Amino acid sequence: MTDATPSAPVLSVSGLAIALPPGADRLYAVEHMEFDIRRGETLAIVGESGSGKSMSANAVMGLLPPGTRVAQGSAKLDGIDLLQLDADAMRAVRGKRIGMIFQEPMTALDPLMRIGEQIAEVFEAHGLLTPPERRARALALLTEVGIPEPERAIHAYPFQLSGGQRQRVVIAMALALDPVLLIADEPTTALDVTTQAQILKLIRELQEKHGTAVMFITHDFGVVADIADRVVVMRQGRIVESGSASAVLGAPQDAYTQALIAAIPSGRRALATGPEKATGETVLAVRGLTKTYRSAGGFFRPARVVHAVRDVSFDLARGETLGVVGESGSGKSSLGRCLVRLVEPDAGSIRLNGQETMGQSVAEMRIWRRRMQMVFQDPYGSLNPRTRVGRIIAEGPIAAGVPIATALAKAADLLALVGLDPSAVERFPHEFSGGQRQRIGIARALALDPEIIIADEAVSALDVSIQAQVLALLADLKARLDLSLIFITHDLRVAATICDKVAVMRKGEVVEMGPAAEIFGNPQHDYTRRLIAAIPGRAEGDVFGGEAVPA
Amino acid sequence: MGAFWSRFRRHKAAVAGLVVVVLVIVIAIAAPYFYPVSPWKMVQRPFLPPFANGAVPLGTDTLGRNVASGLAYGARISLLIGTISTLVALMVGVPIGAAAGYFGGLVDDLLMRFTEFFQTIPSFALAIVLVAIFQPSLVSITIAIAIVGWPPVARLVRGEVMAQRKREYVEAAILAGQSHWTIITRQILPNVTSPIVVLASLMVASAILLESSLSFLGLGDPSIMSWGYMIGAARTVVRQAWWLSVFPGVAILISVLALNLVGEGLAEALDPRSSRDQH
Repeated sequence: MTDATPSAPVLSVSGLAIALPPGADRLYAVEHMEFDIRRGETLAIVGESGSGKSMSANAVMGLLPPGTRVAQGSAKLDGIDLLQLDADAMRAVRGKRIGMIFQEPMTALDPLMRIGEQIAEVFEAHGLLTPPERRARALALLTEVGIPEPERAIHAYPFQLSGGQRQRVVIAMALALDPVLLIADEPTTALDVTTQAQILKLIRELQEKHGTAVMFITHDFGVVADIADRVVVMRQGRIVESGSASAVLGAPQDAYTQALIAAIPSGRRALATGPEKATGETVLAVRGLTKTYRSAGGFFRPARVVHAVRDVSFDLARGETLGVVGESGSGKSSLGRCLVRLVEPDAGSIRLNGQETMGQSVAEMRIWRRRMQMVFQDPYGSLNPRTRVGRIIAEGPIAAGVPIATALAKAADLLALVGLDPSAVERFPHEFSGGQRQRIGIARALALDPEIIIADEAVSALDVSIQAQVLALLADLKARLDLSLIFITHDLRVAATICDKVAVMRKGEVVEMGPAAEIFGNPQHDYTRRLIAAIPGRAEGDVFGGEAVPA
Repeated sequence: MGAFWSRFRRHKAAVAGLVVVVLVIVIAIAAPYFYPVSPWKMVQRPFLPPFANGAVPLGTDTLGRNVASGLAYGARISLLIGTISTLVALMVGVPIGAAAGYFGGLVDDLLMRFTEFFQTIPSFALAIVLVAIFQPSLVSITIAIAIVGWPPVARLVRGEVMAQRKREYVEAAILAGQSHWTIITRQILPNVTSPIVVLASLMVASAILLESSLSFLGLGDPSIMSWGYMIGAARTVVRQAWWLSVFPGVAILISVLALNLVGEGLAEALDPRSSRDQH
C-alpha cells in the first residue's frame, strides 16, 4: 500500500506553529517544529507538562482542542500535507493511515460496548469487510496483542479487563487497519511499571513486524531509552535538542536536556551511602496491622473481600526514611492511611514512642496525630481551593489551640522554610504551580511539629525536574528537623534515591523489607526482582543497571 | 467576583431575567408609594376594562378593586413567601444533607430514609394538607412550602458533600485535628455553595408557583392580596373579564421565568467547567 522506500520519511513535519487562544501564557503552543519519522522508526517527543508535546501530535491527527489552530507549517504523510486536508479527507486518514494510542485506556474505550464490537467498529467506520470478517479480524488482533483468552475477551466490557489489557485493546484498535504511522501519547503513564514494560515490549514487537513508524510522546526518559531510535526534546513549545537516542541521552548538548537527565532520580544514594545506621530510638513500631475491605454483595454477585493491608509489621527509627513501594492496588496507600487512622485498621498495634495508639478515643487520637502528619499525592485536590494558603497551613495549630495570629505568623515562616515567598499566605492555592502546591502541602505537614511525615506518592504528579527539587527539599528538611519519613511510592527510582529502608508490598502484604541497597542491589523475592527488571531505561549506569537485563 | 460577573453577563437571557427580578423587587418595595390605598378597597366601578381609565390602568375587578394595585401588593407576598420559605428549606435541608454526606453509614441511611418519607408524598398534596391543618396564614403557608421544599436540598447537599469528603484536603483537615463541625462548615460547605445557590434561585421560583396555586384554591392568607388569589377570584368571571386572570397570570409567568433564567445563568457562571466550553 505504501511504496515509500525505507529512507523516505513517512511523516515529515516542518515549520509547524500552533497558535493558542488570546490570553494564554504564550502566543504559540508549539513553534518551529521540525521532525521526520521513517518507516520502522520510533521518534520520541520528550518534554515536561506544558511543553507542547501532545499539541504537535494533535495537530498531525487534526484533533486540536477548540481555540487553538495551526498558524503555519506542514505535516506531510507520504507527501500529502495533512494540515491542508478538509474534515472528510482527514477522517479517511485517521484510523486508516494513522493509528493513535491514548494515555488513559479506560476513557479511550466506550464503557458500554463489548471489546469485539469496538474493534469491529474501526472497520465499519471505514466501510471495510463484512461483519463476520470484522469479527474474525478482531479476534486475530486480540490474539496478536497478547490478550489472554481472546475468545472470551472479545465478549468482555472494558471494565472487566485490567489496565494493561485495556491498553492492549486500544493498541489492537490502533493497528486494526495497518496504519503507516502510530501516534502514542503517553501510552504507559497510567500503568504500573511491570505492565508498562510489557506494553513497551508489545509496541516494539508490533512495530518490527509491521514496519510502522511510531511517534511516541512521553515525559519519561527511562521509557525513551527503552523504545526510541531518535529523540526530540521540547521545552515551552520549541525543540531544544534532537538526534539519535544514544546521542541525546548519552551526551546531551543542550543545558535543559542535561538538567532534565540529571534530574532523573538515579538511585545512587542507595549505592553510595549504603545502609544507614538507625540514628535514634524507635519512634514508630507497627505490629500485625491488618485492614480488610468488604463490599456488600448484591443479589447476583458475591461479596468482595479485599485484603488491603495484611499483617504488616515494621519499626521506624528517628531520622530514618522507610520507602513503601508496590504497584497500584498493593495496599501501600491503605497502609499509610491506617497509620494515621484516616482508615480504621481491623487489627494490629501501632506504638508511637512506645505508646499504644490503637483503640484510643477520638480526643486522644487528635493529640498524638499531631506527631504524625501526611503529605498527599494530588497537588490540586489536597489544598482547599476556597481557603488562603496561610490559613491552610495554620489550620492544624489553630485546631490545637494556638492563637490565630501566632499560627499565621508561623505559617509564613514555614513557607520560607519550604522555599516559597512568605507573602504567599494571602494567596489562594490556584495561583500556584503543582510543585509549589506540593511545597505548601509539606509546610502544612510541618506546621504541627511532627516527628513522622508520611508522604503518599508526594512527587508522583510532578514533572521530573520539579520532582527532584521536592525530593531534595524533603531530604533537607528531614535532616534539619530530625524527622522520620515514610515514603510511599510506585517509583522505584525515587525510592532508591531517598530511602534508607524499603518495604516491597504486594496484595496487602510486605513481601520483602530491608536496607535500600540490599533490596535494590540483591533482591531476594521474585516479585521485587520483577519490579526492578521492569524499570524503564535501566541500562544507563545507575544502581539498577548492575543486573543483567533479561532479553 | 469580577470574573463571575463577566461570565454571568455572557448569558443574555440570564441578564434579562435578572433585570426582571430586580424590577419585581422594586415594584414590591414601592407598592405603597404608587398605591397608598389598600388593594382591597373599591376605587372605581366593578368590571372596568383595562386601559379605559388612567387611574386604574389595568381595570378593576368584580368589586371595583384596582388590579394594578393588587399586582404590586401581590409581588410583595410572592417574593416574601418565595425567599423566606427557601431560606427555611435551606436551613433544614443543608444540615441534614451535610450530616448524611459527611458521616455516611448509619447516619446517612437514617437521614435519607427520613428525607424519602417526605419525598414519597406528592409535594402539592402535602402542602394543601399542611395549610388546611394549620389554618391558612402567611406563616403556615411559608412553613408548608418550606417543608415540601427541603428534601431536594438535602439530597443535593448530600451528594456534593460526599464527593468533597473523598478529597485529600478533607483528609488533611482531619489530620490537622479539626473537629467534624469545623471541617463541614469551614472546609466542605464553602466548596458546595455554587450548586446550593443555583438550586435556591430555582426554589424561589417554585415557591412562588406553589403559593399561587394554594391561593388559587382558596388556601391563601385571606387578609393578603396575592397573585394566586386574584386568579382564583377571577375564575368565575373569566369570560366576561379576561383581564382579571390574565394580568396576574402573566405576572406569575414572567417572575418565575425570570428566576429560572437567573438560576441557569448562575449555574453556568459558578461552574468553571461549563464556562470553559463556551468559546
